[in-house]
Amino acid sequence: MRPFSYRAPATLAEAVAALADGGPGARPLAGGTSLYDLMKLGVEAPSAVVDIGRLPELAGFDTAGPEELVFGAGASMADVAEDAVLRADYPALAESLAKAASPQVRNMATVGGNLLQRTRCGYFRGGPAFDCAKRRPGSGCAARGGLDRGHAVLGTSDACTAAYPGDWAVALLAFDARLDLYGPRGARTIALADLHRGPADAPHEEHTLGAGELVVRIRVPTAPAGRGSVYHKVRDRESFAFALASAAVALTLDERGRVAHCRVALGGVATRPWRAEAAERAVVGGPLTEEAAVRAGEAAFADARPGAHNAFKVRLGARVVARALRTAAERAAGRAVA
Amino acid sequence: MTDTATRPEHGPSAGDPLEVAFAVNGTAVRAAVDVRESLLDVLRERLALTGAKKGCDHGQCGTCTVLVDGRRVLACLTLAVQARGRAVTTVEGLAAPDGTPHPLQQAFIDHDALQCGYCTPGQIMSALACVAEGHAGDDEEIREYLSGNLCRCGAYPGIVAAVRDYADSARSTEG
Ligand SMILES: Cc1cc2nc3c(=O)[nH]c(=O)nc-3n(C[C@H](O)[C@H](O)[C@H](O)COP(=O)(O)OP(=O)(O)OC[C@H]3O[C@@H](n4cnc5c(N)ncnc54)[C@H](O)[C@@H]3O)c2cc1C
Ligand code: FES
Ligand code: FES
Repeated sequence: MRPFSYRAPATLAEAVAALADGGPGARPLAGGTSLYDLMKLGVEAPSAVVDIGRLPELAGFDTAGPEELVFGAGASMADVAEDAVLRADYPALAESLAKAASPQVRNMATVGGNLLQRTRCGYFRGGPAFDCAKRRPGSGCAARGGLDRGHAVLGTSDACTAAYPGDWAVALLAFDARLDLYGPRGARTIALADLHRGPADAPHEEHTLGAGELVVRIRVPTAPAGRGSVYHKVRDRESFAFALASAAVALTLDERGRVAHCRVALGGVATRPWRAEAAERAVVGGPLTEEAAVRAGEAAFADARPGAHNAFKVRLGARVVARALRTAAERAAGRAVA
Repeated sequence: MTDTATRPEHGPSAGDPLEVAFAVNGTAVRAAVDVRESLLDVLRERLALTGAKKGCDHGQCGTCTVLVDGRRVLACLTLAVQARGRAVTTVEGLAAPDGTPHPLQQAFIDHDALQCGYCTPGQIMSALACVAEGHAGDDEEIREYLSGNLCRCGAYPGIVAAVRDYADSARSTEG
């Protein structure tokens, strides 16, 4: 591991100054569960580490709202996952965290850092032995013609097919979440939907934050669709594994049981948190029958481009969407909340 | 091992040792660490506390689990400098001063909850927190909330039985 300087500033303003001071090689460290891991692998090699783990401005969260839920970027995944309001009124958000990683990782990791974790592609993590356009722009992609079972089938480009691994951003995408940022140029707010970039021809550009800019908090407008929401995640083992395919659904039903509002977002199958608008259109206006759910699942994957070993994700993903839609509808109707 | 000359431009220079003070098993410690060092390496290599084990060094196996301010975390993914001012508890801190094993350690013995024992310190630290968190209601919940601790020997049935036994007696002594 390359040596780096280490600072632990006491305030947000000092942290932003320290990041600016550290230049392009500076990285904020929150829980460290992604950054330190990648530093050990030689994939990340910051020259300056700015520890934001104890900044008061990033701490805590508030789900009492009337208008919005507010999550400090430094709140731990474990604390947010256990929140009683979230579990009752926004189960998709709580489930996306509870089904992620392990209790130890959730205690360390923050909900801000979670959004910016990097892909688990084995060739990206494998280091210099493999070509990777995320690690070395323009160097090609070892996953082409390699083991791409875990890779994305949506939003891929010729340069990169690595899947976005996180769960929480996928659930947030079903709820119009916004991010308050603070950086050298001051404060601004962006939609979560605008945080992540697809690979296109620059897979190393993964997000839209400016240099030295920090996520301060995540805000979610309160929504009746919260109760009719679910995060359904399928993995290789029952716990402590990344998603092969996941779906976050949030919906409301009208008084006759027809879908009034519906959001569908996908994880494990796409290069970024993926909104499946075709699936939403397929169910809005009608009752959420099994047939409607299956049709919506298929619509979500109509544009899928599988690689050599991940074609199974198309059918699996469609079924995950269908199941999530049905569960969300049951919850919205007040039945069988699992 | 470090090259202090390469990056003189920024702050406390990269490569300089950093003093870090924290408590381990109730005793204050102070160590000059390389910022790159993990809490796990400092516990094992500098403080001779070899209870916490290094399995994967990447957060995937749980055998390095310790408590920091009472919460279970992975010592391999914690920079030692992140522990400054914190109270760290390792498996060495569990037994009574006269050497009597902690009731959870005793339950592991009673239920034969190990074979090679490599994962055991991590299992025990994780299980202790799992019970304290209230996540040991039944076997299914115990399995889910101990899923961050792998056992290559497959001693899971004994581990679940030991944790259930300890959780039941901890609940009954609470009243
Ligand atoms: C074994 C293992 C299994 C896992 N399984 C899952 C899983 O199933 N699902 C899942 O979703 N995740 C999973 N994770 C990933 C884990 O959830 C993330 O590593 C974690 O959420 C990252 O948060 P952190 O606070 O530790 O971030 P850090 O590692 O500190 O930071 C991550 C990145 O974000 C940047 N960053 C951090 N905070 C901010 C901020 N406030 N503003 C701007 N930039 C910031 C850092 O510079 C870094 O680039 C797993 C991790 C491990 C090790
Ligand atoms: S050694 Fe820390 S999780 Fe494996
Ligand atoms: S007892 Fe051998 S790894 Fe668990």
